Amino acid sequence: MTLASIAHTHGQDVALFLHVLGAMILVGGLLTCASSLAFARGDVRFLRLGYFSLLAVALPGWLLMRIGAEWIASKEGWNDKNAQTWLNIGFIIADAGGLLLLISLIAGGIGVRRLRAGKGTGLLKATLVLSVVLLGAYVVAVWAMAGKPN
Amino acid sequence: MNFNQWALALHVLSAFAYVGGIVLFWVLVVAVRRVDTPEGTLRMAPIVKVGNAAVGIGATGTIVIGIYLAFALDSYAIWNGWIIAALVLWAISAELGRRTGAAYMQGMDKAKELDAAGKPDANAELLALNRTSAGVVLHALTSLAVLLILLDMIFKPGAP
Repeated sequence: MTLASIAHTHGQDVALFLHVLGAMILVGGLLTCASSLAFARGDVRFLRLGYFSLLAVALPGWLLMRIGAEWIASKEGWNDKNAQTWLNIGFIIADAGGLLLLISLIAGGIGVRRLRAGKGTGLLKATLVLSVVLLGAYVVAVWAMAGKPN
Repeated sequence: MNFNQWALALHVLSAFAYVGGIVLFWVLVVAVRRVDTPEGTLRMAPIVKVGNAAVGIGATGTIVIGIYLAFALDSYAIWNGWIIAALVLWAISAELGRRTGAAYMQGMDKAKELDAAGKPDANAELLALNRTSAGVVLHALTSLAVLLILLDMIFKPGAP
């Protein structure tokens, strides 16, 4: 069964739309976070901008993407036993990515708090590295979900 | 994976780059509203370049690979209503995006002018240009056009 055929039942269309829209917002949030932190050069405004892109854009995007994914999976009756390779790649990256996103949010949050005392840039560099890793991982996930390798 | 599967994957990845760039510009649209100095405005230029690259690669990839897929896949034809709708919406979004960029470049150009004149202080005119309401409206319309493309691609209205 292809994603295109799944999308032809309207309930699935809505779930798929939310899933893809959430994933796009997530990627946009990560791209903004990584760019802002990479070009901040110690400027507090851009360090904050990078962190809040992760918190206010990437995190809601991840939640929307994951809710959409679960909705599709429950409607299709997908589970660990009948999951195909591309589906496994998607689920593993989405969940592991969620954990990494949480870690980067915690590290970045502490970093932003410490900026007031002139510290915290190290933690925000860690957030930058994690956001780049997440961006790469989600590119692989999108490739797997769209191309469906066997 | 065969060639068409790769093409589909790259088409979708391009769409992610396109929307990712638009999301990045939304963050900048909000952030630049509080910026009234040339230095603060010019510091955004490298992030703008990332957004421009994402939108450029994404827009080009979606249209080129999308047209290829419309011809290559038996289940789709270029004259299908939903594909024509996507092509029209893509053209609208590209033009609206170009106009949005032009609206926000006025602030960037003013910042360069002030910087070159050795005026680093806060400037009311620069703040007004950075808060362009025309730019916000154009970016909202660009986003709406892209959202409609996404809806069209997923729901495929009129597809057999």
